[in-house]
Amino acid sequence: MVFIRAFLLGGVICVLAQILIDLTKITPARIMVIFVVTGVVLGMLGIYPRLVEWGGSGATIPIIGFGNVLAKGVIEDIEKKGLIGAFSGGVRAGAVGIASAVFFGYIMAIVSKPKIKNKS
Amino acid sequence: MDKKMTRKEYMQWSQKEAPKTRKGKNMLMAFLIGGTICTIAQIINSFLLSAGMVQEDAGTVTTLIMIFLGAFLTGLNVYDDIGRIGGAGAAIPVTGFANSIVSPAMEYKKEGYVMGVGARMFLIAGPVLVYGIVASIICGILYYLFA
Amino acid sequence: MGTRLGKQTIRLDSRPVIQAWAAIVGAKEGQGPLRRYFDEVVEDEYYGEKSFEKAESKFIRETISKILMKGNVSTGDIQYLFAGDLLNQCTATSFGVSASEIPYFGLYGACSTIAESISLGSMVVEGGMAERVICITSSHFCSAEKQFRYPLEFGNQRPPTSQWTVTGSGGVLIGSAGDGPRIVHITTGKIVDMGITDANDMGAAMAPAAVDTITAHFTETGLPDDYYDMVVTGDLGEHGKNLCIKLLEENGINIKHCYNDCGTMIYSPEQGTDCGGSGCACSATVFAGYLLEKLSRREINRLLLVATGALHSPTSIQQGESIPAIAHAVGVEMQQN
Repeated sequence: MVFIRAFLLGGVICVLAQILIDLTKITPARIMVIFVVTGVVLGMLGIYPRLVEWGGSGATIPIIGFGNVLAKGVIEDIEKKGLIGAFSGGVRAGAVGIASAVFFGYIMAIVSKPKIKNKS
Repeated sequence: MDKKMTRKEYMQWSQKEAPKTRKGKNMLMAFLIGGTICTIAQIINSFLLSAGMVQEDAGTVTTLIMIFLGAFLTGLNVYDDIGRIGGAGAAIPVTGFANSIVSPAMEYKKEGYVMGVGARMFLIAGPVLVYGIVASIICGILYYLFA
Repeated sequence: MGTRLGKQTIRLDSRPVIQAWAAIVGAKEGQGPLRRYFDEVVEDEYYGEKSFEKAESKFIRETISKILMKGNVSTGDIQYLFAGDLLNQCTATSFGVSASEIPYFGLYGACSTIAESISLGSMVVEGGMAERVICITSSHFCSAEKQFRYPLEFGNQRPPTSQWTVTGSGGVLIGSAGDGPRIVHITTGKIVDMGITDANDMGAAMAPAAVDTITAHFTETGLPDDYYDMVVTGDLGEHGKNLCIKLLEENGINIKHCYNDCGTMIYSPEQGTDCGGSGCACSATVFAGYLLEKLSRREINRLLLVATGALHSPTSIQQGESIPAIAHAVGVEMQQN
């Protein structure tokens, strides 16, 4: 069942990040950087695409999946255009993610304002 | 201050005395929240597929919708609560990436639309893009040379 | 003219009087156990202003008006203002006090600022340079989070040693005459840095500074450790308070029976603040709200306020520097009849 696989894989990836945060006091920003780089490497090695096949959104939705998308784009463009593909592929493949985050982020920032937190 | 205790000893002692992170609870919540977010994405994805979209497009549109949801819930002042409860379960999915872009943009709006919203938007997401892109180019060059 | 008792401690022989005091706090502080001691609880974190920084300035401005009103004086009667806050270049204070046109000394002692300002203010009164001074500080959860930590809407988890910046402002009017609590001893802290680099663990960073100052106070005054009815540190929180008690015991000072910490007093555990309160307003509002009220009602007669400050900046933390900490002590006593 694809939904259960997505739940399990997505959950496990997040738990790995949580363990890193709690054990090493690494800040969330650094965790995101570590995960995206890991995604690039696993994508290049052909390991991550297999996880995507198995877990669907459980593999693509975590930020590590964004690294995989960058890697996938780079490989595709290198196959087509040679070395220049290393520079063109990543941002091309990640374009929707980056552009939509910037666009929705900008809109939301304009229409809303921050509130005090209630609890820690 | 007691001169007998060195800095290193103090650091170790104070950490031993410090209240402990509830690791078990944090892990469980990260698993549940992270898993739930991915399942929601999978449901959207399956719906798009059943509506006749091809796999590749469905994946892209799913990501786009999830990013919108993350941004939207941040704007509604809800995502910080999801993050407080879910920890990495809320931070690691793309919804958390969207949260990391919207939250500083909202916060620094008072410093203007260019240097406030525009520049600070990438306070946390900027490093992710920088390292993601640099890593993909380095790996790409290696791939070109050796594969 | 005051007597120097030791390297860090002086005794003020004229015993300047705290003539009036006021504390205004935010909504969360107003839900805490000390709510009825505050002059005003402001429910809106923007305080009707456009930004958190402007709101913080308004906290100071309103608190000054309250102090003047309660002291039955006007701005013209005040010779000096000693004040500061947590924001870069102390802008919250500068904007907050500008309309009052009182000669102003801007101070930065982080969360220890209230004791720093009271120390300097009462020395000036003791020296006859002023008849009345106001000492006041402020902090705001939202402006402090923005400057020192993450954006408010960012979904991060706070580590269990973290503390909650108190929103509010507290201040006192010190004069040369009158009834009320009197400032008798001042022990000025020196920088103590035990190498803590984690900005989410300020209790551990500041506890050694509090211990250093309290030890110096009892050594140099020669007072017994049961002299005070209450010894209160500024914002060590649960974690720092625990460290402080243990370190003091090692130094042979036993104040366990009368010791407390403003950071652990201002919130109740159910309010979810991890280790408790922090910020300039933490010790300032607890002192100017609760503690001075207890003194004036003679529920306690002798109080040692030890406000603690972590003197790091976001830049120094990012560069991996440790946190320099300081603690200033002020001995406040009711006149014995």
